[in-house]
Amino acid sequence: MDNIIEISYFIAAVLFILGLKRMSSPVTARDGIIWAGAGMLVATLITFLHPGMHNYVLMTTAIFVGGVAAFWSGKKVAMTDMPQMIALYNGMGGGAAGAIAAVELLKGEFHSQTFLTLAVLGALIGSVSFSGSLIAFAKLQGLIRRPMRFPGQQYFNLAVFLIALGLAATLIFSPNLAGLVILAFFAVALAYGFLMALPIGGADMPVVISLFNALTGLAVAFEGFVLNNAAMIIAGTVVGSAGTLLTQLMAKAMNRSIGNVLFSSFGSSGGEEAAVEGSMKPIDAADAGIMMAYAERVIIIPGYGMAVAQAQHKIWELTELLRKRDVDVKFAIHPVAGRMPGHMNVLLAEANVPYDLLYDLDEINAAFPQTDVVLVIGANDVVNPSARTNPESPIYGMPILDADKAHNVIVIKRGQGKGFSGVENALFFADNTRMLYGDGQAMAGELIQAIKEL
Amino acid sequence: MIEGMTALYIFMLSAFTGYEVISRVPVILHTPLMSGSNFVHGIVLVGAMVAMGHAQSPLEQVIGFLGVALAAGNAVGGYVVTERMLEMFKSSKGKN
Repeated sequence: MDNIIEISYFIAAVLFILGLKRMSSPVTARDGIIWAGAGMLVATLITFLHPGMHNYVLMTTAIFVGGVAAFWSGKKVAMTDMPQMIALYNGMGGGAAGAIAAVELLKGEFHSQTFLTLAVLGALIGSVSFSGSLIAFAKLQGLIRRPMRFPGQQYFNLAVFLIALGLAATLIFSPNLAGLVILAFFAVALAYGFLMALPIGGADMPVVISLFNALTGLAVAFEGFVLNNAAMIIAGTVVGSAGTLLTQLMAKAMNRSIGNVLFSSFGSSGGEEAAVEGSMKPIDAADAGIMMAYAERVIIIPGYGMAVAQAQHKIWELTELLRKRDVDVKFAIHPVAGRMPGHMNVLLAEANVPYDLLYDLDEINAAFPQTDVVLVIGANDVVNPSARTNPESPIYGMPILDADKAHNVIVIKRGQGKGFSGVENALFFADNTRMLYGDGQAMAGELIQAIKEL
Repeated sequence: MIEGMTALYIFMLSAFTGYEVISRVPVILHTPLMSGSNFVHGIVLVGAMVAMGHAQSPLEQVIGFLGVALAAGNAVGGYVVTERMLEMFKSSKGKN
């Protein structure tokens, strides 16, 4: 029996790695998740055959309760809200790792000091990931609107973290584990997760979610060692390292270091902001439509605002219309367009935009000077030339799409307000820029109308 | 029993595997892949089941129950959202 279980876990581990591998190419990505899913199914079913287990009825109930709630919420959530759902599910994983450690600590039957240490470390990481992910969810869901900061916050957080470490050490080195110490340890670890995530601004949340994802993986691996479960060790470690790399890639795309994201607050330090020269010049949809219809090359730069306005379907309709007129249309995707790297691609894919029309920053930046019209919809900071030119700007140094180098720029925007970062955008004041004021979806509709009438 | 150096070797090789699998990924797949890896650590369900299966006292059972429910949420939710995102990846050329 033990052999069958071990072999099944081995097969599950192989399926997880192959699944992740397939998920890393757009061509095979769709069945990658099915491979990984098959691995999960095998591992879960075989675990019911584990010798010496009881509580089967409660166990099945728990799987049913958690599974149905997650299935229902996962099916229902809008594509724009995906990042916070990932945060939520990730937090649940961290919480589960913490719960495993709690049960093992209460039982107190550890084979060696090493296993005890791993159990406690896994519990610490899992608990921080759990409460931190809940804050990340609340922030992206709009339940917490402002970053919460107070003087001396870093030192306070450091103190809480040290207390958590102290309690962890007590658990590891005291021979008789007292229930009260275990309780205090989990309470402080959870509190640290809350405190750590609270001061971080909404724009930085994706990096933090990715970091928590990696941490949960690590916590799962540690508990895997404790339970002597190879599938957990391998899958957890793979996610831990993959997640760490992904976090680095995301932070790099935003020109921020991970330490900077975690321990400083965006925009709070910002120096004197140079006044932007010029004025915003409006245009109406009919003129904008004509410009695009008679252009040779058009690049569309979508931002999160487009998805919020649910304009992506209209934009694709507009694209098809332009392509019928032999206009070369491309989509330029900034690495942090949307709420996470790749989020915009998902949102456009939902509107049936084929992925080979989408271009990365590196692929498309050289094309802007030969482009007749750039249409910016719902994007702001990622096209702000101040990031290139103004060392005083808080976003200076962030890689941007060079929309300002195109012959003409049309910006669809609700009003004259500033972007997510609160920084004034020099592009909107440029001589070759025209502002098309209005709701993204309505304006895209009017552009379509204008081109159809030609 | 996986012990000592063997455990360390498994840990090291798995870490390199994770790094290699992700290192050549186009940006467009970052979100689905983060979601996919989020699903993969849903394997914590297996551990939660074992922990609950051996739980004795009512307190252990309650915590075990919570653990299994949370882990099932991680696995099922992670799968559903990843699958929803990935099913939309289509090429403009020919089939899908």
